[in-house]
Amino acid sequence: MRILIEGGRVIDPANKVDAVLDVCIEDGRIAALGPQPPAKNAAPPDRVLDARGKVVCPGFVDLHVHLREPGREDKETIVTGTRAAARGGFTSVCCMPNTNPVNDNQSVTEFILDRARKAGAVNVFPVGAITKGQQGEELAEIGELVRAGCVAISDDGKPVMNAEIMRRALEYAGMFGIPVIQHAEDLHMTGKGVMHEGLVSTELGLQGIPAASEAVIVARDILLAELTGSHFHVAHVSTAEAIRLIREAKAKGLHVTCEVTPHHFATTDEAVRSFSTNAKMSPPLRSSRHVEALKVGLTDGTIDAIATDHAPHTVQEKEQEFDYAPNGIIGLETAFGLTMTVLVEGEVLTLNQAIARLTSGPARIFNLPKGTLSVGADADVTILDPTREWVVDVRKSASKSRNSPFHGWKLRGEVLATIVEGKVVWELEG
Amino acid sequence: MGTGLKRKDLLGTRDLSPEEIGLILDTAISMKEIASRDIKKVPTLRGKTIINLFYEPSTRTRTSFEIAGKWMSADVINISTSSSSVVKGETLKDTGLTLQAMHPDVVVIRHSAAGAPQILAGLLKASVINAGDGAHEHPTQALLDLFTIREKRGTLAGLKVAIVGDILHSRVARSNIFAMQKMGMQVRVCGPATMLPRYMDRLGVEVFSRIEPAIADVDIIMMLRIQLERQGGGLFPTLREYSKLFGLNLDRLKAAKQDVLIMHPGPINRGVEISPEVADGPYSLILNQVENGVAIRMAVLYLLAGGQAAAN
Repeated sequence: MRILIEGGRVIDPANKVDAVLDVCIEDGRIAALGPQPPAKNAAPPDRVLDARGKVVCPGFVDLHVHLREPGREDKETIVTGTRAAARGGFTSVCCMPNTNPVNDNQSVTEFILDRARKAGAVNVFPVGAITKGQQGEELAEIGELVRAGCVAISDDGKPVMNAEIMRRALEYAGMFGIPVIQHAEDLHMTGKGVMHEGLVSTELGLQGIPAASEAVIVARDILLAELTGSHFHVAHVSTAEAIRLIREAKAKGLHVTCEVTPHHFATTDEAVRSFSTNAKMSPPLRSSRHVEALKVGLTDGTIDAIATDHAPHTVQEKEQEFDYAPNGIIGLETAFGLTMTVLVEGEVLTLNQAIARLTSGPARIFNLPKGTLSVGADADVTILDPTREWVVDVRKSASKSRNSPFHGWKLRGEVLATIVEGKVVWELEG
Repeated sequence: MGTGLKRKDLLGTRDLSPEEIGLILDTAISMKEIASRDIKKVPTLRGKTIINLFYEPSTRTRTSFEIAGKWMSADVINISTSSSSVVKGETLKDTGLTLQAMHPDVVVIRHSAAGAPQILAGLLKASVINAGDGAHEHPTQALLDLFTIREKRGTLAGLKVAIVGDILHSRVARSNIFAMQKMGMQVRVCGPATMLPRYMDRLGVEVFSRIEPAIADVDIIMMLRIQLERQGGGLFPTLREYSKLFGLNLDRLKAAKQDVLIMHPGPINRGVEISPEVADGPYSLILNQVENGVAIRMAVLYLLAGGQAAAN
């Protein structure tokens, strides 16, 4: 099977490429990149994709999604979640371990990988639990998780509150060279909080979650990363204080990395004023001061990756009083549009930098053999129209769930086609 | 449609205009007159149905709405969630849709979750009145407080008020801050630092963590109920210490203006946030507040549910 992507502007940050080139895919790999069409004596391609005036880049890599399978197939499955990923231009996703049962042992990892191989639209890289049952008490069998295919460990929504356990997790994971991901949140400080503590929470009378609830754990775990020399990755960083701490840690040469979600840089806690439960997530939407700090962190490289924290929930779960609704929103299909509209149009990042945060950035920090168009690499390719306007319509989402606060938003920048290992898995009609 | 309020619902004071507040207070004057009559019944809301949907216990607010509706000849139905389908797990959405199918004209809701009245208002054709949602708003309480103050002082603009107590968890404080500021009053809040939400100052109120300077030169002191169950929860150590630091007693009152008005939304904890001598003293308006609560709720029901005849 040969595919020729013709005449597109190829942006491959991993190789510092930005030029109009043809991309030739053969047997699932990048076969050639060139200014000229392939040699005339070669067999004609099976498929030619016209990318003139468009952008061709490595498939996006999402370090943080919830596919809900096994256990909550009413919210999402590996099939529907990876289809949503494909529509959003993502060719690789890392799925969090808070399934039921928890992905804290090799059999769950193997199940996820088996389902993904058989029915998934994109590559799936499982993230295993740090502790058994995400209980924060005993280390999971991390060695077996890694051997089965986990690329990182995290207790996700249940932050490791015990500093001693976190220290040992970092030490132990260090043997395998994988990152320990922390959902940084001091649960004592968060208490029953349901939104960012600020002017809006003061007016609405909703219990606030202070910004410091994130930063105190980031500070603690940076000290533990310094102690152990291991790789500490901060999930969905949301506050100015955490950004400052991570910037200082990187300047010291510590192995600390982080990701940001589109919703944290695209919206603020003002969205909660309507009591819409699609504005409820963890960490919560922050105030504009924090959003500005996230943008600075993106510009200066403190933030390595854009990750969605795609978190599907059923309609009935979200149709509740704000206090009772679960945290999280779906995000795979809106990530690129929000990145273009808010960050590139807003001159926070150049187009090349934005693509880097979606491709080479995340792949590099998680050691994934992805996020590049190097010759010989897996042919994971995304074709984009960075200026095309579209309106978000959750009813058309490939996800099983509909919980997006961006329904009705007009975005600039759309995914035209997604190719995974040489197979076109998504193509925009019309 | 309402006779004078161009809105379907009353969800909070934050989105009321000064003109709307003025209209409600003025309407309540004639409603209060009805209470003084021998026969307390007018036909204003005859044929209208009011449902009191209370997810939290309440005596004064629920009774007050019920009396207000009945004096205006509406059919008033009380639903308390402990004896309804809610205990069987029915969601607020389904409860709302079920009630809608019975064509009520007004639904009065009290709920422990902030924003619950907004959900109901979006589902119902009926007018929704917020009778207290979490720590968010309690608009009819603020309106009756304003009515009581105006009745005593003849005006609102320029008056200074100190609200003292657990501001963090108080919907009464929030509704009063928004409403009082709209009517030109100056608002201070006072309480333990742990019970004063951060960013309070950005609402344009003065913030005090000592009661003496807070009450020194104000026209009104509004004491809030300290919820007994919050003791030991990390926000304050004991009721004894709270009372010592923030309780209003005769001794403390010496520092205030001679004719300062004392208010409390109730129910009061005698001897904790307010001493019996102050609660029962000459400047205490606590029972006036209760009395005026009926008049204000009559006014609000009338203006939203739209009677055919004038109230009198």
